[in-house]
Amino acid sequence: MADPTTDRSGVHAWIRRQGRWSAFEIAFWIAVFVPFFFFPTYLTLASQIAIAALFALSVDLILGYAGIITLGHAMFFGLGAYAAGLLTKTGWGEPLSGLLLSGLFVALVGFVVSFVIVRVQHLAQLMITLGLGLLTLELANAMSWLTGGTDGLQGVSVWPIFGTFDYDLWGYTAYSYTLAVLFVAVLVARRIVHSSFGLSLRGIRENLNRMPAIGAPYQRRLQVIYTISAGMAGVAGALLTQTTSQVALDVLSFQRSADVVVMLILGGTGRLYGGIIGAIIFMVARDQLAGINPQYWYFWIGILLMIVVLVMPKGILGFLAQLWERVRR
Amino acid sequence: MSTETFALRTENLRKRFGSLEVARDVSIALPRGARHALIGPNGAGKTSLVNLITGQLPPDSGRVLLDGQDITRLNRAARVKAGLARTFQINQLFPALTPIEAITLAVTERRGTAGQFWKSLAAHAEAIDEAWDILAQLRLTEVATRPTRVLAYGQQRLLEIGLALATRPKVLLLDEPAAGVPKGESAELFSVIAALPDDISVLFIEHDMSLVFKFAARIVVLVAGGVLLEAEPDVIRTDQRVRDVYLGQAHHG
Repeated sequence: MADPTTDRSGVHAWIRRQGRWSAFEIAFWIAVFVPFFFFPTYLTLASQIAIAALFALSVDLILGYAGIITLGHAMFFGLGAYAAGLLTKTGWGEPLSGLLLSGLFVALVGFVVSFVIVRVQHLAQLMITLGLGLLTLELANAMSWLTGGTDGLQGVSVWPIFGTFDYDLWGYTAYSYTLAVLFVAVLVARRIVHSSFGLSLRGIRENLNRMPAIGAPYQRRLQVIYTISAGMAGVAGALLTQTTSQVALDVLSFQRSADVVVMLILGGTGRLYGGIIGAIIFMVARDQLAGINPQYWYFWIGILLMIVVLVMPKGILGFLAQLWERVRR
Repeated sequence: MSTETFALRTENLRKRFGSLEVARDVSIALPRGARHALIGPNGAGKTSLVNLITGQLPPDSGRVLLDGQDITRLNRAARVKAGLARTFQINQLFPALTPIEAITLAVTERRGTAGQFWKSLAAHAEAIDEAWDILAQLRLTEVATRPTRVLAYGQQRLLEIGLALATRPKVLLLDEPAAGVPKGESAELFSVIAALPDDISVLFIEHDMSLVFKFAARIVVLVAGGVLLEAEPDVIRTDQRVRDVYLGQAHHG
Protein backbone atom coordinates (compact mmCIF):
# COMPACT_ATOMS: atom_id res chain seq x y z
CA MET A 1 0.00 0.00 0.00
CA ALA A 2 1.28 3.44 -0.85
CA ASP A 3 0.75 4.62 2.67
CA PRO A 4 3.92 5.96 4.21
CA THR A 5 2.66 7.05 7.59
CA THR A 6 5.97 7.41 9.30
CA ASP A 7 5.20 10.59 11.15
CA ARG A 8 2.73 11.77 13.73
CA SER A 9 0.56 13.91 11.47
CA GLY A 10 0.53 11.13 8.89
CA VAL A 11 -1.02 8.74 11.35
CA HIS A 12 -3.68 11.29 12.35
CA ALA A 13 -4.50 11.75 8.67
CA TRP A 14 -4.64 7.98 8.20
CA ILE A 15 -7.19 7.63 10.99
CA ARG A 16 -9.27 10.50 9.60
CA ARG A 17 -9.19 8.79 6.21
CA GLN A 18 -10.73 5.61 7.65
CA GLY A 19 -13.93 7.50 8.42
CA ARG A 20 -14.16 9.46 5.21
CA TRP A 21 -16.86 8.95 2.56
CA SER A 22 -15.52 6.76 -0.20
CA ALA A 23 -16.27 7.14 -3.92
CA PHE A 24 -18.14 3.88 -3.70
CA GLU A 25 -20.47 5.23 -1.02
CA ILE A 26 -21.24 8.41 -2.95
CA ALA A 27 -21.88 6.38 -6.10
CA PHE A 28 -24.17 4.09 -4.13
CA TRP A 29 -26.29 6.93 -2.78
CA ILE A 30 -26.66 8.35 -6.28
CA ALA A 31 -27.58 4.91 -7.65
CA VAL A 32 -30.44 4.49 -5.18
CA PHE A 33 -32.41 7.06 -7.19
CA VAL A 34 -32.26 4.90 -10.31
CA PRO A 35 -35.50 3.00 -9.55
CA PHE A 36 -37.48 6.27 -9.55
CA PHE A 37 -36.58 6.89 -13.17
CA PHE A 38 -35.92 3.52 -14.73
CA PHE A 39 -37.90 0.97 -12.73
CA PRO A 40 -40.98 2.85 -11.53
CA THR A 41 -42.96 -0.39 -11.53
CA TYR A 42 -40.50 -1.88 -9.06
CA LEU A 43 -40.71 0.83 -6.40
CA THR A 44 -42.61 -1.43 -4.03
CA LEU A 45 -39.86 -4.01 -4.32
CA ALA A 46 -37.28 -1.23 -3.89
CA SER A 47 -38.82 -0.16 -0.60
CA GLN A 48 -38.91 -3.80 0.55
CA ILE A 49 -35.22 -3.95 -0.29
CA ALA A 50 -34.51 -0.76 1.66
CA ILE A 51 -36.27 -2.26 4.69
CA ALA A 52 -34.34 -5.53 4.38
CA ALA A 53 -31.14 -3.51 4.00
CA LEU A 54 -31.87 -1.59 7.19
CA PHE A 55 -32.52 -4.86 8.98
CA ALA A 56 -29.27 -6.32 7.62
CA LEU A 57 -27.41 -3.20 8.71
CA SER A 58 -28.67 -3.67 12.25
CA VAL A 59 -27.37 -7.25 12.23
CA ASP A 60 -24.03 -6.15 10.76
CA LEU A 61 -23.50 -3.86 13.76
CA ILE A 62 -23.55 -6.80 16.15
CA LEU A 63 -22.36 -9.65 13.92
CA GLY A 64 -19.89 -7.89 11.66
CA TYR A 65 -18.46 -5.42 14.14
CA ALA A 66 -18.89 -6.96 17.58
CA GLY A 67 -18.85 -10.68 16.71
CA ILE A 68 -22.22 -11.43 18.31
CA ILE A 69 -23.85 -14.23 16.34
CA THR A 70 -27.61 -14.38 16.05
CA LEU A 71 -30.35 -16.45 14.48
CA GLY A 72 -33.17 -14.63 16.18
CA HIS A 73 -32.98 -11.01 15.17
CA ALA A 74 -36.44 -11.17 13.56
CA MET A 75 -37.60 -10.97 17.15
CA PHE A 76 -36.75 -7.27 17.16
CA PHE A 77 -37.90 -6.71 13.59
CA GLY A 78 -41.25 -8.25 14.44
CA LEU A 79 -41.68 -6.44 17.74
CA GLY A 80 -41.05 -3.17 15.90
CA ALA A 81 -43.61 -4.14 13.28
CA TYR A 82 -46.27 -4.95 15.88
CA ALA A 83 -45.42 -1.90 17.99
CA ALA A 84 -45.91 0.41 15.00
CA GLY A 85 -49.14 -1.36 14.05
CA LEU A 86 -50.62 -1.35 17.54
CA LEU A 87 -49.70 2.29 17.97
CA THR A 88 -51.89 3.28 15.02
CA LYS A 89 -54.74 1.21 16.53
CA THR A 90 -54.64 3.47 19.58
CA GLY A 91 -55.46 6.34 17.25
CA TRP A 92 -52.01 7.81 16.76
CA GLY A 93 -50.98 7.32 13.13
CA GLU A 94 -48.22 9.90 12.72
CA PRO A 95 -45.46 7.90 11.01
CA LEU A 96 -42.21 9.56 12.14
CA SER A 97 -43.03 9.58 15.83
CA GLY A 98 -44.46 6.08 15.40
CA LEU A 99 -41.15 4.95 13.96
CA LEU A 100 -39.22 6.55 16.81
CA LEU A 101 -41.48 5.17 19.54
CA SER A 102 -41.40 1.66 18.05
CA GLY A 103 -37.61 1.83 17.80
CA LEU A 104 -37.27 2.99 21.41
CA PHE A 105 -39.61 0.29 22.67
CA VAL A 106 -37.66 -2.43 20.82
CA ALA A 107 -34.34 -0.97 21.99
CA LEU A 108 -35.60 -1.32 25.55
CA VAL A 109 -36.46 -4.98 24.92
CA GLY A 110 -33.01 -5.40 23.33
CA PHE A 111 -31.38 -3.89 26.40
CA VAL A 112 -33.12 -6.39 28.69
CA VAL A 113 -32.19 -9.31 26.41
CA SER A 114 -28.59 -8.08 26.15
CA PHE A 115 -27.90 -9.11 29.76
CA VAL A 116 -28.25 -12.74 28.69
CA ILE A 117 -26.63 -12.41 25.25
CA VAL A 118 -23.31 -10.95 26.41
CA ARG A 119 -22.81 -13.68 28.98
CA VAL A 120 -22.57 -16.43 26.39
CA GLN A 121 -20.63 -17.00 23.19
CA HIS A 122 -20.49 -19.09 20.05
CA LEU A 123 -23.01 -21.94 19.88
CA ALA A 124 -24.72 -20.94 23.13
CA GLN A 125 -25.27 -17.46 21.73
CA LEU A 126 -26.74 -18.92 18.57
CA MET A 127 -29.09 -21.15 20.54
CA ILE A 128 -30.24 -18.41 22.92
CA THR A 129 -31.00 -15.97 20.10
CA LEU A 130 -32.77 -18.77 18.22
CA GLY A 131 -34.73 -19.73 21.32
CA LEU A 132 -35.77 -16.16 22.08
CA GLY A 133 -36.86 -15.70 18.47
CA LEU A 134 -39.05 -18.80 18.50
CA LEU A 135 -40.41 -17.88 21.89
CA THR A 136 -41.46 -14.43 20.72
CA LEU A 137 -43.11 -15.89 17.62
CA GLU A 138 -45.17 -18.34 19.67
CA LEU A 139 -46.05 -15.63 22.16
CA ALA A 140 -47.37 -13.42 19.36
CA ASN A 141 -49.27 -16.40 17.98
CA ALA A 142 -50.84 -17.18 21.34
CA MET A 143 -51.74 -13.56 22.09
CA SER A 144 -54.07 -13.36 19.10
CA TRP A 145 -56.38 -10.91 20.95
CA LEU A 146 -53.54 -8.39 20.63
CA THR A 147 -51.72 -9.43 17.48
CA GLY A 148 -54.47 -10.97 15.42
CA GLY A 149 -52.57 -14.27 15.51
CA THR A 150 -52.28 -16.05 12.18
CA ASP A 151 -54.80 -13.66 10.61
CA GLY A 152 -52.36 -10.84 11.14
CA LEU A 153 -52.94 -7.36 12.49
CA GLN A 154 -55.58 -5.65 10.40
CA GLY A 155 -56.76 -2.09 10.21
CA VAL A 156 -53.43 -0.39 10.51
CA SER A 157 -53.87 3.19 9.35
CA VAL A 158 -50.87 5.45 9.04
CA TRP A 159 -51.23 9.18 8.49
CA PRO A 160 -49.47 10.85 5.56
CA ILE A 161 -45.82 11.73 6.12
CA PHE A 162 -45.50 15.34 7.31
CA GLY A 163 -49.28 15.35 6.90
CA THR A 164 -48.86 15.67 3.12
CA PHE A 165 -47.32 12.64 1.42
CA ASP A 166 -49.77 9.79 1.34
CA TYR A 167 -48.84 6.27 0.34
CA ASP A 168 -49.56 5.81 -3.34
CA LEU A 169 -50.19 2.65 -5.25
CA TRP A 170 -46.90 2.88 -7.10
CA GLY A 171 -44.81 3.22 -3.98
CA TYR A 172 -43.17 6.58 -4.65
CA THR A 173 -43.79 7.73 -1.11
CA ALA A 174 -42.96 4.37 0.41
CA TYR A 175 -39.61 4.15 -1.37
CA SER A 176 -38.69 7.78 -0.62
CA TYR A 177 -39.58 7.25 3.03
CA THR A 178 -37.73 3.96 3.51
CA LEU A 179 -34.74 5.29 1.61
CA ALA A 180 -34.57 8.39 3.81
CA VAL A 181 -34.74 6.26 6.95
CA LEU A 182 -32.06 3.92 5.61
CA PHE A 183 -29.83 6.90 4.87
CA VAL A 184 -30.20 8.27 8.38
CA ALA A 185 -29.50 4.80 9.80
CA VAL A 186 -26.32 4.54 7.70
CA LEU A 187 -25.22 7.95 9.00
CA VAL A 188 -25.75 6.76 12.56
CA ALA A 189 -24.00 3.43 11.90
CA ARG A 190 -21.05 5.19 10.22
CA ARG A 191 -20.64 7.44 13.22
CA ILE A 192 -20.73 4.45 15.56
CA VAL A 193 -18.25 2.25 13.69
CA HIS A 194 -15.78 5.09 13.15
CA SER A 195 -15.79 6.12 16.82
CA SER A 196 -13.58 4.94 19.66
CA PHE A 197 -16.55 2.78 20.65
CA GLY A 198 -16.52 1.19 17.20
CA LEU A 199 -12.81 0.50 17.58
CA SER A 200 -13.51 -1.12 20.93
CA LEU A 201 -16.12 -3.35 19.29
CA ARG A 202 -13.63 -4.43 16.65
CA GLY A 203 -11.22 -5.21 19.47
CA ILE A 204 -13.86 -7.46 21.04
CA ARG A 205 -14.44 -9.20 17.72
CA GLU A 206 -10.71 -9.63 17.08
CA ASN A 207 -9.72 -10.88 20.52
CA LEU A 208 -12.24 -11.02 23.34
CA ASN A 209 -9.64 -12.49 25.69
CA ARG A 210 -7.36 -9.48 25.41
CA MET A 211 -10.05 -6.92 26.22
CA PRO A 212 -10.12 -7.38 30.02
CA ALA A 213 -6.31 -7.30 29.95
CA ILE A 214 -6.45 -3.73 28.65
CA GLY A 215 -9.08 -2.82 31.22
CA ALA A 216 -12.06 -2.85 28.87
CA PRO A 217 -15.54 -3.49 30.28
CA TYR A 218 -16.41 -5.43 27.13
CA GLN A 219 -19.77 -6.73 28.32
CA ARG A 220 -21.06 -3.18 28.73
CA ARG A 221 -19.85 -2.31 25.22
CA LEU A 222 -21.66 -5.34 23.80
CA GLN A 223 -24.84 -4.42 25.65
CA VAL A 224 -24.77 -0.92 24.17
CA ILE A 225 -24.38 -2.12 20.58
CA TYR A 226 -26.92 -4.90 21.04
CA THR A 227 -29.44 -2.34 22.29
CA ILE A 228 -28.74 -0.02 19.35
CA SER A 229 -28.97 -2.92 16.91
CA ALA A 230 -32.28 -4.09 18.36
CA GLY A 231 -33.69 -0.58 18.07
CA MET A 232 -32.57 -0.35 14.45
CA ALA A 233 -34.15 -3.73 13.63
CA GLY A 234 -37.30 -2.47 15.33
CA VAL A 235 -37.34 0.61 13.12
CA ALA A 236 -37.02 -1.65 10.06
CA GLY A 237 -40.00 -3.67 11.24
CA ALA A 238 -41.99 -0.53 11.92
CA LEU A 239 -41.22 0.70 8.41
CA LEU A 240 -42.65 -2.50 6.97
CA THR A 241 -45.87 -2.00 8.93
CA GLN A 242 -46.18 1.64 7.94
CA THR A 243 -45.56 1.03 4.23
CA THR A 244 -47.79 -2.04 3.91
CA SER A 245 -50.50 -1.15 6.46
CA GLN A 246 -50.57 -4.64 7.92
CA VAL A 247 -48.59 -6.98 10.14
CA ALA A 248 -48.39 -10.71 9.47
CA LEU A 249 -47.02 -13.23 11.93
CA ASP A 250 -44.09 -13.98 9.63
CA VAL A 251 -42.38 -10.72 10.66
CA LEU A 252 -41.21 -12.78 13.65
CA SER A 253 -40.42 -15.95 11.72
CA PHE A 254 -37.20 -17.92 11.95
CA GLN A 255 -37.00 -17.66 8.17
CA ARG A 256 -36.63 -13.90 8.47
CA SER A 257 -33.85 -14.26 11.06
CA ALA A 258 -32.03 -16.70 8.79
CA ASP A 259 -32.57 -14.66 5.62
CA VAL A 260 -31.05 -11.54 7.11
CA VAL A 261 -27.91 -13.45 8.06
CA VAL A 262 -27.78 -14.90 4.53
CA MET A 263 -28.01 -11.38 3.07
CA LEU A 264 -25.20 -10.21 5.32
CA ILE A 265 -22.96 -13.17 4.48
CA LEU A 266 -23.64 -12.70 0.76
CA GLY A 267 -22.72 -9.02 0.85
CA GLY A 268 -19.92 -9.29 3.40
CA THR A 269 -19.85 -8.64 7.14
CA GLY A 270 -18.25 -5.76 8.97
CA ARG A 271 -18.40 -3.22 6.16
CA LEU A 272 -21.79 -1.47 6.61
CA TYR A 273 -22.74 -1.78 2.94
CA GLY A 274 -22.33 -5.56 2.87
CA GLY A 275 -25.80 -6.12 4.29
CA ILE A 276 -27.27 -3.53 1.95
CA ILE A 277 -25.71 -5.07 -1.16
CA GLY A 278 -26.67 -8.51 0.14
CA ALA A 279 -30.26 -7.37 0.60
CA ILE A 280 -30.39 -6.07 -2.97
CA ILE A 281 -29.03 -9.33 -4.40
CA PHE A 282 -31.21 -11.51 -2.21
CA MET A 283 -34.45 -9.63 -2.81
CA VAL A 284 -33.94 -9.15 -6.53
CA ALA A 285 -32.96 -12.81 -6.91
CA ARG A 286 -36.04 -13.84 -4.98
CA ASP A 287 -38.26 -11.63 -7.08
CA GLN A 288 -36.83 -12.91 -10.37
CA LEU A 289 -36.42 -16.57 -9.40
CA ALA A 290 -39.84 -16.79 -7.82
CA GLY A 291 -41.19 -15.61 -11.16
CA ILE A 292 -39.52 -18.52 -12.91
CA ASN A 293 -40.15 -21.17 -10.30
CA PRO A 294 -42.20 -20.05 -7.30
CA GLN A 295 -41.66 -23.22 -5.29
CA TYR A 296 -37.95 -23.84 -5.53
CA TRP A 297 -36.42 -20.40 -5.67
CA TYR A 298 -34.56 -20.96 -2.40
CA PHE A 299 -32.57 -23.69 -4.14
CA TRP A 300 -30.74 -20.99 -6.11
CA ILE A 301 -30.14 -18.88 -3.02
CA GLY A 302 -28.57 -21.97 -1.46
CA ILE A 303 -26.25 -22.40 -4.45
CA LEU A 304 -25.37 -18.70 -4.44
CA LEU A 305 -24.65 -18.79 -0.71
CA MET A 306 -22.31 -21.76 -1.06
CA ILE A 307 -20.44 -20.22 -3.98
CA VAL A 308 -19.97 -16.95 -2.12
CA VAL A 309 -18.80 -18.60 1.08
CA LEU A 310 -16.37 -20.89 -0.76
CA VAL A 311 -15.03 -18.45 -3.34
CA MET A 312 -15.45 -15.09 -1.61
CA PRO A 313 -15.06 -15.64 2.14
CA LYS A 314 -15.35 -11.90 2.76
CA GLY A 315 -18.60 -11.66 0.83
CA ILE A 316 -19.29 -10.10 -2.53
CA LEU A 317 -18.41 -6.61 -1.35
CA GLY A 318 -15.22 -7.85 0.34
CA PHE A 319 -14.28 -9.65 -2.86
CA LEU A 320 -14.86 -6.54 -4.96
CA ALA A 321 -12.82 -4.44 -2.51
CA GLN A 322 -9.93 -6.89 -2.84
CA LEU A 323 -10.18 -6.78 -6.63
CA TRP A 324 -10.19 -2.99 -6.54
CA GLU A 325 -7.05 -3.00 -4.35
CA ARG A 326 -5.30 -5.25 -6.85
CA VAL A 327 -6.34 -3.17 -9.85
CA ARG A 328 -5.21 0.06 -8.19
CA ARG A 329 -1.72 -1.28 -7.42
CA MET B 1 -0.26 7.76 48.73
CA SER B 2 0.16 4.70 50.85
CA THR B 3 3.34 4.09 52.76
CA GLU B 4 3.49 0.61 51.32
CA THR B 5 6.95 -0.04 49.91
CA PHE B 6 5.85 -2.95 47.80
CA ALA B 7 4.12 -2.29 44.52
CA LEU B 8 2.77 -5.84 44.45
CA ARG B 9 2.50 -8.48 47.10
CA THR B 10 0.91 -11.92 47.23
CA GLU B 11 0.05 -13.53 50.55
CA ASN B 12 -0.19 -17.31 50.73
CA LEU B 13 -1.78 -17.77 47.34
CA ARG B 14 -3.09 -21.28 46.89
CA LYS B 15 -4.65 -22.94 43.89
CA ARG B 16 -5.22 -26.58 43.16
CA PHE B 17 -6.73 -28.40 40.18
CA GLY B 18 -7.70 -31.79 41.56
CA SER B 19 -4.48 -33.35 42.76
CA LEU B 20 -2.32 -30.81 40.98
CA GLU B 21 -1.20 -27.91 43.13
CA VAL B 22 -0.25 -25.00 40.88
CA ALA B 23 0.26 -22.58 43.77
CA ARG B 24 1.37 -23.65 47.23
CA ASP B 25 1.36 -20.75 49.68
CA VAL B 26 3.02 -18.39 47.26
CA SER B 27 4.07 -15.17 48.98
CA ILE B 28 6.17 -12.87 46.86
CA ALA B 29 6.80 -9.15 47.08
CA LEU B 30 7.73 -6.76 44.32
CA PRO B 31 9.24 -3.45 45.52
CA ARG B 32 8.68 -0.25 43.55
CA GLY B 33 10.79 -0.06 40.43
CA ALA B 34 11.63 -3.75 40.66
CA ARG B 35 13.13 -5.73 37.78
CA HIS B 36 12.44 -9.21 39.06
CA ALA B 37 12.55 -12.47 37.17
CA LEU B 38 10.35 -15.47 37.84
CA ILE B 39 12.02 -18.70 36.84
CA GLY B 40 11.35 -22.38 37.28
CA PRO B 41 11.16 -25.60 35.31
CA ASN B 42 8.24 -26.29 32.97
CA GLY B 43 5.05 -26.84 34.90
CA ALA B 44 6.32 -25.01 37.99
CA GLY B 45 3.23 -22.78 37.92
CA LYS B 46 4.75 -19.56 36.61
CA THR B 47 1.97 -18.66 34.19
CA SER B 48 -0.62 -19.86 36.71
CA LEU B 49 0.85 -17.43 39.23
CA VAL B 50 0.49 -14.59 36.73
CA ASN B 51 -3.09 -15.71 36.10
CA LEU B 52 -3.79 -15.74 39.84
CA ILE B 53 -2.33 -12.26 40.30
CA THR B 54 -4.19 -10.75 37.33
CA GLY B 55 -7.49 -12.39 38.17
CA GLN B 56 -7.75 -14.81 35.27
CA LEU B 57 -7.78 -17.59 37.85
CA PRO B 58 -9.48 -17.19 41.21
CA PRO B 59 -7.25 -18.42 44.06
CA ASP B 60 -8.55 -21.04 46.50
CA SER B 61 -7.15 -18.89 49.27
CA GLY B 62 -4.68 -16.09 49.83
CA ARG B 63 -4.57 -12.43 48.87
CA VAL B 64 -3.13 -10.18 46.18
CA LEU B 65 -2.18 -6.63 47.18
CA LEU B 66 -1.44 -3.82 44.76
CA ASP B 67 0.09 -0.79 46.49
CA GLY B 68 -1.15 -2.23 49.74
CA GLN B 69 -4.74 -2.45 48.49
CA ASP B 70 -6.40 -5.85 48.51
CA ILE B 71 -7.41 -6.54 44.89
CA THR B 72 -8.16 -10.26 45.31
CA ARG B 73 -11.85 -9.76 44.65
CA LEU B 74 -11.58 -7.37 41.73
CA ASN B 75 -12.22 -8.64 38.23
CA ARG B 76 -9.54 -8.56 35.54
CA ALA B 77 -10.50 -5.22 34.00
CA ALA B 78 -10.72 -3.55 37.42
CA ARG B 79 -7.22 -4.77 38.28
CA VAL B 80 -5.91 -3.27 35.06
CA LYS B 81 -7.59 0.02 35.97
CA ALA B 82 -5.90 -0.20 39.37
CA GLY B 83 -2.51 -0.37 37.62
CA LEU B 84 -1.75 -4.03 37.08
CA ALA B 85 -0.99 -5.06 33.50
CA ARG B 86 0.31 -8.21 31.89
CA THR B 87 1.47 -9.60 28.58
CA PHE B 88 0.88 -13.09 27.27
CA GLN B 89 3.26 -15.90 26.42
CA ILE B 90 1.24 -16.59 23.27
CA ASN B 91 0.34 -13.37 21.44
CA GLN B 92 -3.08 -12.01 22.35
CA LEU B 93 -3.31 -9.29 19.72
CA PHE B 94 -6.00 -7.91 17.43
CA PRO B 95 -5.04 -9.40 14.02
CA ALA B 96 -7.11 -7.08 11.81
CA LEU B 97 -6.35 -3.88 13.72
CA THR B 98 -3.29 -1.81 12.93
CA PRO B 99 -0.82 -1.09 15.77
CA ILE B 100 -1.94 2.54 15.98
CA GLU B 101 -5.56 1.39 16.29
CA ALA B 102 -4.77 -1.30 18.84
CA ILE B 103 -2.75 1.01 21.09
CA THR B 104 -5.26 3.86 20.68
CA LEU B 105 -7.95 1.41 21.73
CA ALA B 106 -6.05 0.56 24.91
CA VAL B 107 -5.37 4.26 25.60
CA THR B 108 -9.04 5.25 25.18
CA GLU B 109 -10.06 2.37 27.43
CA ARG B 110 -7.71 3.69 30.12
CA ARG B 111 -8.93 7.26 29.68
CA GLY B 112 -12.52 6.09 29.91
CA THR B 113 -13.36 7.52 26.47
CA ALA B 114 -13.72 4.23 24.61
CA GLY B 115 -17.49 4.14 25.06
CA GLN B 116 -18.12 7.39 23.18
CA PHE B 117 -19.99 6.17 20.12
CA TRP B 118 -21.06 9.67 19.11
CA LYS B 119 -17.57 11.08 18.56
CA SER B 120 -15.27 10.14 15.70
CA LEU B 121 -12.04 8.34 16.52
CA ALA B 122 -10.01 11.07 14.82
CA ALA B 123 -11.35 13.52 17.42
CA HIS B 124 -9.48 11.62 20.14
CA ALA B 125 -6.29 13.39 19.10
CA GLU B 126 -4.56 13.18 22.49
CA ALA B 127 -5.13 9.44 22.71
CA ILE B 128 -3.74 8.98 19.20
CA ASP B 129 -0.70 11.08 20.11
CA GLU B 130 -0.12 8.99 23.18
CA ALA B 131 -0.44 5.79 21.14
CA TRP B 132 2.05 7.18 18.65
CA ASP B 133 4.52 7.90 21.47
CA ILE B 134 4.24 4.32 22.70
CA LEU B 135 4.84 3.00 19.18
CA ALA B 136 7.86 5.31 18.90
CA GLN B 137 9.21 4.01 22.20
CA LEU B 138 8.90 0.46 20.83
CA ARG B 139 10.26 1.47 17.40
CA LEU B 140 7.04 0.36 15.72
CA THR B 141 6.09 3.62 13.99
CA GLU B 142 7.03 2.35 10.55
CA VAL B 143 4.36 -0.33 10.72
CA ALA B 144 1.80 1.81 12.57
CA THR B 145 -0.85 1.52 9.85
CA ARG B 146 -0.30 -2.07 8.75
CA PRO B 147 -2.65 -4.80 9.97
CA THR B 148 -1.15 -6.56 12.99
CA ARG B 149 -1.35 -9.93 11.29
CA VAL B 150 1.26 -8.96 8.67
CA LEU B 151 3.84 -7.72 11.21
CA ALA B 152 7.06 -9.65 11.83
CA TYR B 153 6.84 -11.88 14.87
CA GLY B 154 9.30 -9.79 16.87
CA GLN B 155 7.22 -6.68 16.15
CA GLN B 156 4.13 -8.49 17.37
CA ARG B 157 5.93 -9.31 20.63
CA LEU B 158 6.72 -5.62 21.03
CA LEU B 159 3.10 -4.70 20.33
CA GLU B 160 2.11 -7.18 23.02
CA ILE B 161 4.17 -5.09 25.47
CA GLY B 162 2.85 -1.85 23.97
CA LEU B 163 -0.76 -2.83 24.73
CA ALA B 164 0.18 -3.37 28.36
CA LEU B 165 2.08 -0.06 28.53
CA ALA B 166 -0.93 1.80 27.15
CA THR B 167 -2.77 0.98 30.37
CA ARG B 168 -0.08 2.98 32.28
CA PRO B 169 0.67 0.17 34.69
CA LYS B 170 2.35 0.49 38.07
CA VAL B 171 3.12 -3.20 37.90
CA LEU B 172 3.86 -5.05 34.69
CA LEU B 173 3.90 -8.83 34.51
CA LEU B 174 5.64 -10.13 31.39
CA ASP B 175 5.01 -13.77 30.58
CA GLU B 176 8.01 -14.85 28.51
CA PRO B 177 8.18 -11.65 26.46
CA ALA B 178 10.85 -13.12 24.18
CA ALA B 179 9.11 -16.47 23.65
CA GLY B 180 9.72 -17.61 20.10
CA VAL B 181 11.93 -14.65 19.24
CA PRO B 182 15.32 -15.54 17.69
CA LYS B 183 18.19 -15.28 20.15
CA GLY B 184 19.74 -12.29 18.45
CA GLU B 185 16.53 -10.26 18.72
CA SER B 186 15.60 -11.25 22.25
CA ALA B 187 18.37 -9.13 23.80
CA GLU B 188 17.06 -6.16 21.83
CA LEU B 189 13.59 -6.84 23.08
CA PHE B 190 14.85 -6.97 26.66
CA SER B 191 16.69 -3.70 26.21
CA VAL B 192 13.27 -2.12 25.56
CA ILE B 193 12.06 -3.63 28.84
CA ALA B 194 15.16 -2.44 30.70
CA ALA B 195 14.56 1.08 29.39
CA LEU B 196 11.08 1.28 30.93
CA PRO B 197 10.69 4.10 33.46
CA ASP B 198 11.45 3.33 37.11
CA ASP B 199 7.91 3.92 38.29
CA ILE B 200 6.89 0.69 36.57
CA SER B 201 7.69 -2.40 38.62
CA VAL B 202 8.40 -5.37 36.40
CA LEU B 203 8.20 -9.10 37.01
CA PHE B 204 9.13 -11.22 34.02
CA ILE B 205 9.12 -14.91 33.27
CA GLU B 206 12.04 -16.03 31.16
CA HIS B 207 13.75 -19.31 30.34
CA ASP B 208 16.97 -17.97 28.87
CA MET B 209 19.23 -17.76 31.93
CA SER B 210 21.70 -15.37 30.31
CA LEU B 211 18.86 -12.86 29.83
CA VAL B 212 17.62 -13.46 33.35
CA PHE B 213 21.05 -12.85 34.88
CA LYS B 214 21.56 -9.80 32.72
CA PHE B 215 18.26 -8.02 33.28
CA ALA B 216 16.93 -9.17 36.65
CA ALA B 217 17.96 -7.49 39.89
CA ARG B 218 16.34 -10.28 41.85
CA ILE B 219 15.09 -13.74 40.97
CA VAL B 220 12.22 -15.80 42.32
CA VAL B 221 12.56 -19.54 41.77
CA LEU B 222 9.27 -21.41 41.56
CA VAL B 223 9.19 -25.20 41.79
CA ALA B 224 6.06 -27.36 41.78
CA GLY B 225 3.84 -24.41 42.66
CA GLY B 226 5.93 -23.23 45.60
CA VAL B 227 8.66 -20.61 46.04
CA LEU B 228 11.97 -22.41 46.42
CA LEU B 229 14.10 -19.34 46.83
CA GLU B 230 14.14 -15.63 46.22
CA ALA B 231 17.53 -13.95 45.95
CA GLU B 232 20.01 -11.90 43.93
CA PRO B 233 21.29 -13.43 40.69
CA ASP B 234 24.72 -14.21 42.24
CA VAL B 235 23.12 -16.24 45.01
CA ILE B 236 20.82 -18.07 42.57
CA ARG B 237 23.74 -18.86 40.32
CA THR B 238 25.59 -20.69 43.05
CA ASP B 239 22.71 -22.17 45.01
CA GLN B 240 22.90 -25.94 45.07
CA ARG B 241 19.13 -26.50 45.36
CA VAL B 242 18.48 -24.34 42.31
CA ARG B 243 21.14 -26.23 40.41
CA ASP B 244 19.58 -29.51 41.40
CA VAL B 245 15.96 -28.79 40.55
CA TYR B 246 16.27 -26.30 37.78
CA LEU B 247 19.61 -25.63 36.25
CA GLY B 248 20.33 -29.33 36.47
CA GLN B 249 18.09 -29.82 33.46
CA ALA B 250 19.79 -27.30 31.21
CA HIS B 251 23.08 -26.51 32.83
CA HIS B 252 24.79 -23.46 31.43
CA GLY B 253 28.05 -24.07 33.33
